[in-house]
Amino acid sequence: MKKIISLALAAVLAIPMLTGCSGKAPTGSVSTDGSTSMEKVIGTLGEAFQNDTGITFTYNPTGSGSGIKAVQEGRCDIGLSSRNLKDEEKSSGLNETVLAYDGIAIIVNNENNVSDLSLENISKIFKGEIKNWSEVGGADSEIVLIGREAGSGTRDGFESITDTKEACKYRQELTSTGDVLTTVSQNPAAIGYASAASVKDSVKALTIDGVAATESAIKDGSYIVQRPFVLVTKNDTKLSEAAQKFFDFITSPDANELISAAGVVSAN
Amino acid sequence: MKKNKFKENIIHGIFLLLGLITVGFVLLITIYLVISGIPAIREIGLINFLFGKEWASTAAEPKYGILPFILTSVYGTSGAIIIGVPIGFMTSVYLSKLASPKTKYLVQTAVSLLAGIPSVVYGLVGMLVLIPNIRNIFNIPDGSSLLAAIIVLSIMILPSIIKVSVTALDSVPKEYEDASLALGATSIETYFKVSVPAAKSGIAASVVLGVGRAIGEAMAVMMVAGNAPNMPNSIFQSVRFLTTAVSSEMSYSSGLQRQALFSIALVLFMFILLINATLNFFIKRNKE
Repeated sequence: MKKIISLALAAVLAIPMLTGCSGKAPTGSVSTDGSTSMEKVIGTLGEAFQNDTGITFTYNPTGSGSGIKAVQEGRCDIGLSSRNLKDEEKSSGLNETVLAYDGIAIIVNNENNVSDLSLENISKIFKGEIKNWSEVGGADSEIVLIGREAGSGTRDGFESITDTKEACKYRQELTSTGDVLTTVSQNPAAIGYASAASVKDSVKALTIDGVAATESAIKDGSYIVQRPFVLVTKNDTKLSEAAQKFFDFITSPDANELISAAGVVSAN
Repeated sequence: MKKNKFKENIIHGIFLLLGLITVGFVLLITIYLVISGIPAIREIGLINFLFGKEWASTAAEPKYGILPFILTSVYGTSGAIIIGVPIGFMTSVYLSKLASPKTKYLVQTAVSLLAGIPSVVYGLVGMLVLIPNIRNIFNIPDGSSLLAAIIVLSIMILPSIIKVSVTALDSVPKEYEDASLALGATSIETYFKVSVPAAKSGIAASVVLGVGRAIGEAMAVMMVAGNAPNMPNSIFQSVRFLTTAVSSEMSYSSGLQRQALFSIALVLFMFILLINATLNFFIKRNKE
């Protein structure tokens, strides 16, 4: 009997925990949730917006998939995704607006003497058809492929552009851009990919078919390894006044300067 | 008098409630894990799920076989035990029986400090120090491997093994050892033939505790193991553990992939339950 009572009590206690995490964002604030790759650009925009209008801006870096889900469940105003929406997501009542284009840089160790690869060779390297750096003009050492985890926006972007979906023979699957940069900078035989905006001097970004991942090359499409930064909203629910204001601001030409300051190329 | 009794009852009730909150959390987690873990196993099939050799969760035709993760967790934990237990065991015999009080205090402080280091720090040091060295020493293209994870884990389980074993060895009655010494045994003979057997349940419990720590560790192994979902055929291979399988894909997962991750968590939970049951068994025997 005592056991049953304690079980029942425990169940009663558990109920408020299940309901505790609902509720919408308060008025006068904008909440965004999603892609970690968009941290820099959305952070810059949010800060400027907050300073101008006094409306509180929040950003929750969870990842594209989580961001899309958060909009769907009404947990945030605007979802951030670093890939285009899938058809099933669009048909569930979501709408996408491209904010900017991000080039994905193909990075190697600074000691590597290879500085240019064709898209075809990149694809062959990641599929494991080219295994040694000497085959593409580098030193005689086995190529170490560094990638991101399944579901990452960068991985999805990279694999769809290079046509290597489900075929990449990764040696390592890491969970953040920073990890990829560190690992590539540590291993002279490594090759990886990361958002062009986040690449630092610790690694060397390759030119693709002779084109470097510069802003103008990404904008005019001549640098081919690039992907969209997408704002996700719900079709059937109107944005709150504050969120609409933020949405209008970041898609207006006024925001272009801030967007390019963050290292990506504005779509508007 | 009556008033006092009433007060007592209220306090009793409050304590009961607080105790039940803990029970409530355990129940909540267990129930949630079972409810969210079962659907994917049903859809994939228990045999396919547990014994499938391939994991490709985001492929057009997804495959959800977690045998590579299970084997990696088992191998990784065994490896850590093989390296960590002898070191930890010898250290605790030394600390409990041979060391001067000053040395004992110093070493035990160091061990406590080792226990307090966050796992992400272990991972970071492993990533920056261990991995390049493994690459150079064994002349392999990349150092992130099962071996790196085993080394990191064996260091991480040392504190739990040493602390529990020292306590067990310290509580061996001095009369046992005195009797052995009086019969002419040397002190080393006494420690290994009398003290250690007398403390064996406690030492066994420390090993089980180490197993629990090793199998549940996620952050540090994620940073050194490479995380490619390979079958662990060699210790130089990039591998993924049960814990890292859940944590590395959780943030971007959806649909059946997400449910399958919960199922992995459920499998891990079963492992931990089993380990806890073993631990309880040893502790109980220790008391008897």
